[in-house]
Amino acid sequence: MNDQQPRVRRDHSAAIVGFFLLFVAGVLFYDTYSVDRAVAYGVGPTAMPKVISGGLAILGVLSLLSAVKGERFEIESTDWRAVAIVVAGFLTLTVMIGSGAGFIPAMTVLFTVTSYAFGRRALMADAAIGVVLATLIYLLFSKLLALSLPQGPIERLFG
Amino acid sequence: MESFHALMQGFSVALTFHKLMYASLGVLLGTAVGVLPGIGPAVTVALLLPVTFKLDPSGSLIMFAGIYYGAMYGGSTTSILINTPGESASMATSLEGSKMAKSGRAGPALATAAIGSFVAGTLATFGIAFLAPWMVKFAVQFGPEDYFALMVLAFVTVSATFGNSPLKGMISLFLGLALGLIGIDKLTGQSRLTFGLPELLDGVEVTTLAVGLFAIGEALYVVSQRQEQGEMMKLSGSLWMSKLDWQRSWKPWIRGTLFGFPIGALPAGGAEIPTFLSYSTEKRLSRHPEEWGTVGAIEGVAGPEAANNASVAGTLVPLLSLGLPTSATAAILLAGFQQFGLNPGPLLFAENAQIVWTLIASLFIANVMLVILNLPLVGLWVQLLKIPTPWLYSGILMFAAMGSIATKGSVAELLMLITFGIMGFLMRRHDYPVAPMVVGLILGPMAESQLRRALQISLGDPLVLVQSPIAVVILLVAAVAFIAPFVTNTRRFKAEED
Repeated sequence: MNDQQPRVRRDHSAAIVGFFLLFVAGVLFYDTYSVDRAVAYGVGPTAMPKVISGGLAILGVLSLLSAVKGERFEIESTDWRAVAIVVAGFLTLTVMIGSGAGFIPAMTVLFTVTSYAFGRRALMADAAIGVVLATLIYLLFSKLLALSLPQGPIERLFG
Repeated sequence: MESFHALMQGFSVALTFHKLMYASLGVLLGTAVGVLPGIGPAVTVALLLPVTFKLDPSGSLIMFAGIYYGAMYGGSTTSILINTPGESASMATSLEGSKMAKSGRAGPALATAAIGSFVAGTLATFGIAFLAPWMVKFAVQFGPEDYFALMVLAFVTVSATFGNSPLKGMISLFLGLALGLIGIDKLTGQSRLTFGLPELLDGVEVTTLAVGLFAIGEALYVVSQRQEQGEMMKLSGSLWMSKLDWQRSWKPWIRGTLFGFPIGALPAGGAEIPTFLSYSTEKRLSRHPEEWGTVGAIEGVAGPEAANNASVAGTLVPLLSLGLPTSATAAILLAGFQQFGLNPGPLLFAENAQIVWTLIASLFIANVMLVILNLPLVGLWVQLLKIPTPWLYSGILMFAAMGSIATKGSVAELLMLITFGIMGFLMRRHDYPVAPMVVGLILGPMAESQLRRALQISLGDPLVLVQSPIAVVILLVAAVAFIAPFVTNTRRFKAEED
């Protein structure tokens, strides 16, 4: 795989989008059966989902048709590894918030990992910046603006 | 003169210290995010919504409007000095602006952009002050079927008419509409598309979607590209415009305003169309055709900059008087109003007249602040561009996560955010517009309830939708707007979010 050179290649995204839209349309339509349809007048809660489901199905078919026509589309080379690192960093933050590790450590990890994905290699320096930033944000928003941010062992030190 | 009196009262509140603080905070933030790549006014306001939850409503709204105006000023600085527009509305400016900077005339380019923005912003704010109350008088006669027709028109213009590809725009819109269905149906209390998950009962927050699509999506896109940042031009040339510069600038300012304000005010939205219209008009009318594309023509900066500011003001007219957002930023502003229990529309002018007029007065004040902030201090703003890209995007992600953690703090919310982020990245990569999705999410449920209200009143007779002459006219316009892109070639320019 050579990710360095931009290349023109056949774009399969329209086909994938087409199938995805048909799937969503199906989910929407299926869901209307779980809704109780007793309404006195006019349209009930299932009418709009059906309309939108129909619209999505039509768009899905159109998208599949455009894929069959095989429109060429230039896709710039993509650094998937970097994208995956950023996503992984964000998921780590999610797990840390969920497990009660606290706001500051979670934010520090997010900051450091994202900087790494963007090509920084000075991990310790970035972590230090992350800690300072996260602490400042925490103090500003929780003390000054009285927002409740998740607390872990570190945050409890601030009282 | 009723409006004039109300406006003066608005000024008396807007000029108090407290409100001035909010306005200056807004314009500072707005200019900063306008200058910085990767974060626009929509995301900034979306991130601030949870933070301002406990603050003064009118102050917060003043701040949001300041951000919106400020971003338009700040955007010109980036597009002139590094030829990478901070937001899409500044794309036209960068064409001639960067040429001027290359040939050593960055100073006058920045000056005509800032002063032009001021002129246009001020004229267009007068436009709001006089047009909005008039629209309200008109809008009080609107029935639910008329509102429904208006929303259909907004759907069509936002998604199909002005994008690169009507199909991609419609796909984005319909996915937004589908997201809008999630949660409890307001009329019957039934839950839809929640799949038994309690986290989904409240539905998808507009701010979560916008922050995910715009901020996280943009960060993922930039990291996937490994882009080198464009070379920054030196801030050269006097910041003062010569007499000739003034002579060449004032007419483009006025013409730009005349393009920007009405197009912004129509439920068509987007600042890109008027900026490019202004650009091509000025190019045609210019007496110095040899400068275009070579050393840079000042008219090509003056016109589009005026147009983009005027169109921002224009989008506030349907937002305030009809409750109809016509751009992603306006959709977020609407969410801002709703957060404070305020519903833009004719009733807002009756019930919360003071807030509306204070907001409009603040827009005048914000314009004055912005021209002062942007002309002499432009050198300071340029320093912002020296923040290394990794830290900039790490910081943006931190704030994106913070906004979500502060509102709900739930794992489900964070997972939704990153999912929307990945979606935004893929959409951007494959050239699907993002704004229709945001507009679909916020307008979809509103359109549904108007439709159902109309049909309840008519006892289920669907003909009610075409019995009101207003609704018929609007629906016809929508039909034309839908067919137009297939017939004519309106896709000369790329329309993107904001």
